[in-house]
Amino acid sequence: MIQQVQNPILEIHDLSVSYDRKPVLWGVDLSIPKGALVGIIGPNGAGKSTLIKSIMGLIPLNGGYVKLFDKDLDDVREKVSYVPQRESVDWDFPASVMDVVLMGRYNKLGLFSRPRKADRDAARFALEQVGMQEFAKRQISQLSGGQQQRVFLARALAQQADIYFMDEPFAGVDAATEKAIIKILKDMSEAGKTVIVVHHDLQSVAKYFDWLIMLNLRLVASGPTDKVFNEKLLEEAYGGKLTLLTEVGQLIKQEKFPGIEK
Amino acid sequence: MDTFIEFFTFQYPNIKYVLFGSILLAVSSAIVGCFTFLKKKALVGDVVAHAVLPGICLSFLLTGNKNPLYLIIGAFITGWISIVVIDGIVRKTKLKEDTATGLSLSVFFGIGILLLTFIQKSGNAAQSGLESFLFGKAAALVGADMWLFASVSVALLIAVFLLFKEFTLISFDQNFGAAIGFPVKGLNLILTTLTVLAVVIGIQAVGVVLMAAMLITPAAAARFWTDDLKTMIILAAIFGAVSGTAGAYISFVAPSMPTGPWIVMVISIIALTSFFFAPKKGILYKALKRRRIKNLILQENILKMFFQLGEEAGDFNTGRSVLELQDKRPFRTKELDSGLKRLQLQGYLTNQNDKWQITSEGQNKGRRIVKLHRLWELYLTTYLRIAPDHVHEDAEKIEHIITPELEARLEKLLDYPELDPHQSKIPYQ
Amino acid sequence: MNDLIIIATGSLVAISCGLLGCFLILRKMAMVGDAISHAVLPGIVIAFYISGERDSIVMLIGAGLIGILTTFLIEFLHQKGKLQSDASIGVTFTWLFALGVILISYYGRNVDIDQDCVLHGEIAYVPIDLWITEGGTNLGPRVLYVMSFVTLAIIVFIKIGYRGLFFTTFDASYAAAIGISTVLWHYLLMGFVSLATVASFESVGAILVVAFLIVPPASAYLLTNKLPKMLMLSVVFGVLSATGGYYLAKSLDGSIAGAMATVSGLLFALTFFYTRLKANPVTSSSPVLQES
Repeated sequence: MIQQVQNPILEIHDLSVSYDRKPVLWGVDLSIPKGALVGIIGPNGAGKSTLIKSIMGLIPLNGGYVKLFDKDLDDVREKVSYVPQRESVDWDFPASVMDVVLMGRYNKLGLFSRPRKADRDAARFALEQVGMQEFAKRQISQLSGGQQQRVFLARALAQQADIYFMDEPFAGVDAATEKAIIKILKDMSEAGKTVIVVHHDLQSVAKYFDWLIMLNLRLVASGPTDKVFNEKLLEEAYGGKLTLLTEVGQLIKQEKFPGIEK
Repeated sequence: MDTFIEFFTFQYPNIKYVLFGSILLAVSSAIVGCFTFLKKKALVGDVVAHAVLPGICLSFLLTGNKNPLYLIIGAFITGWISIVVIDGIVRKTKLKEDTATGLSLSVFFGIGILLLTFIQKSGNAAQSGLESFLFGKAAALVGADMWLFASVSVALLIAVFLLFKEFTLISFDQNFGAAIGFPVKGLNLILTTLTVLAVVIGIQAVGVVLMAAMLITPAAAARFWTDDLKTMIILAAIFGAVSGTAGAYISFVAPSMPTGPWIVMVISIIALTSFFFAPKKGILYKALKRRRIKNLILQENILKMFFQLGEEAGDFNTGRSVLELQDKRPFRTKELDSGLKRLQLQGYLTNQNDKWQITSEGQNKGRRIVKLHRLWELYLTTYLRIAPDHVHEDAEKIEHIITPELEARLEKLLDYPELDPHQSKIPYQ
Repeated sequence: MNDLIIIATGSLVAISCGLLGCFLILRKMAMVGDAISHAVLPGIVIAFYISGERDSIVMLIGAGLIGILTTFLIEFLHQKGKLQSDASIGVTFTWLFALGVILISYYGRNVDIDQDCVLHGEIAYVPIDLWITEGGTNLGPRVLYVMSFVTLAIIVFIKIGYRGLFFTTFDASYAAAIGISTVLWHYLLMGFVSLATVASFESVGAILVVAFLIVPPASAYLLTNKLPKMLMLSVVFGVLSATGGYYLAKSLDGSIAGAMATVSGLLFALTFFYTRLKANPVTSSSPVLQES
């Protein structure tokens, strides 16, 4: 079941992506309404992070296009924010919590210029929102996993964007942090921001999200949670391995498949 | 002392060049090196240093003279290509980065050596001096060349100053940088260019092999002293400057001594000292801290034992010999002795006629540990549903870790229980 | 005759380095090999100063130990000092190499080591450096004997230790689980890498050894996934590089070792393009992909 919407804030049209030649997403076609709190779910290796990364332009597309606010990403960058996976950076980097959150202001600053007082205020406010104001001067390696995740969230908040993409913000965080984060996300959604989250835990899906994207190498479903979160679609997403699809992908990776340009 | 004065008052004009040259090169490569270090690309400098050799030789072959500007351009081109080669190999084959790095490094250097020997044997009169790139010759930093190198260094420093925020971002989190629309590719390009430039000018002073040290070692040393990037960069620059000065001075005092290797030697000594002795991160500091913790645990265990013995006997004032103590818990004699003496110094134990006795302060401390041990056992059986015969070992560790704040929470959570899972009484004040 | 001797020596260097290099690159330790080849320099200088001769057993063993020490230092700084591994490699080898160069300057005339020799060796002198017994019998080039011995030792090592090397390379944690000591094999391998480096030092120089350690195995790895075949191929690539390099150097009148490294790079480039071409006979975008 794929529900398309009028005037979507995010529109993905027939998107295909390959990693190292191996196709990991086939023909994804969906649209998301403004203000939704969206969960992307699917089994391991379903292409959840890939979808977000390709929307953010971090991975080249094989085919299709992505529109945000009915425009290309480059025209609306300042309205789009991104929270990468926590493990994607080296937390031993010599930086304080404040330094990291300030990075969320960089695109407003542009090249060459330094953060000003207004930026520091915005960063401090973002830290308050995630309950980390006391940690502003703390070195990032001294934070717990949950605190690191909050810092990443604060960095995105400091950007004051309208649409947020988050790659597994609940991975490896304690229950208290998870609760705090979901509360922030719900507040954001109520304030009209669109939040799109890669999520792993099926238990909490119905509680957390009002819209779901179900993936397994291709789009299984996209629609309001109460309409798509059912056994039949879950079975389709998680059950029965798509052996044929995987095998074809493998052939392409092994370059036994003539005619694919990398 | 005379030589010292002679050196630093620049009685010979050449000293001035060599000294400022060495410092400038060391400082600029140290600063650029901080970013390559943080990007985990420390060995890129090593590759580029080897790969500039064919460029230098080719530009000499093409232009027929040693104009440093041409040499720098040649060096710059092949230095760049070597990085592109690594990148290409990693992306297009199954070979890993380390192999690609070593491959690019050795092949480019091989080509360089082949060309260099070819030039030497062909007997071109102007060729003398090209070898100075191999081992470096800080003394060659004179006059007009010096101005060229100085301006490149200054340009380097300005670029880092202006793009500090951007370089930090791409070193810490490239994906985020790209996501918020920073020209990550372009910035990487600039950073690589700066690295190549730093190598091209630094190689004059220290030579092909040791150039890597000028980039990596100051950054590595500085990282051990601070968690702040700006401080780290400033420290790295200072370390670079100190080693540049020291190298120039040593080769002035002992003219047979090469400047470049001495610069590297000094910076390496600074780095090794930092690795071992830097506060907080140093190896020695960490070892000492581990020992302190070990001692602390030992002492707490001794007090705990005294308390338990007192509990059993219903009398806390009996003096006990070392043998009696070891009977209760098999401490090693040497450890027990030192633990007892430390506790005596702190007033937790007293000693009369080789009999040890616990003071009331000691009793309080011992009681707390016993209490924590038993509370934790109870916590594990109640909340984690662990069998009572499996909780002791865990509690043996945790009892030393629990802070007063956690202690209060634990007491409250369990509601000040009377007995632990083994039906032993939990002692409160 | 001289041609043959030089090519034979170069080939022996290539064979011993190539065999060890296969394990190095599979263990992602190519740069550690690079570091060792630089770091043995102070060992060579000191051993040289003490024993007063090249190729003594003292020197081979001493430098072997320094190589192991280098490996140990790199691991120590990485694990105990929490220094990232690339920096730990870089700091260690540059420091030891600087020490070596300083020692050369210090001993000056007492040690017959030329700075250039450190970088690219002088394989051209191999045929005239003869081993003459006390009785005056000419047994032929000395280096050839040393290299043959070292090559033989390495082949025996790999033959006997194949299983241990294979397991610890392929899956270190599995090897540890079935009771194979990864540490032992790690240091054994590094010991032999040092041995090969020191033995080859005089003929190809401390740095170009790296080319022989890494490039032929890298080319071989592009062509096969099987370790025995990879070992064989890297020997072939090594010998080809040595032979081709000799003639290239002769025609240009340049450094033989440099030319050998150049040819090995050339062979790698050919292999690279060959595998790319084989993988992609036709290049056009595929409509088949859209089928899903």
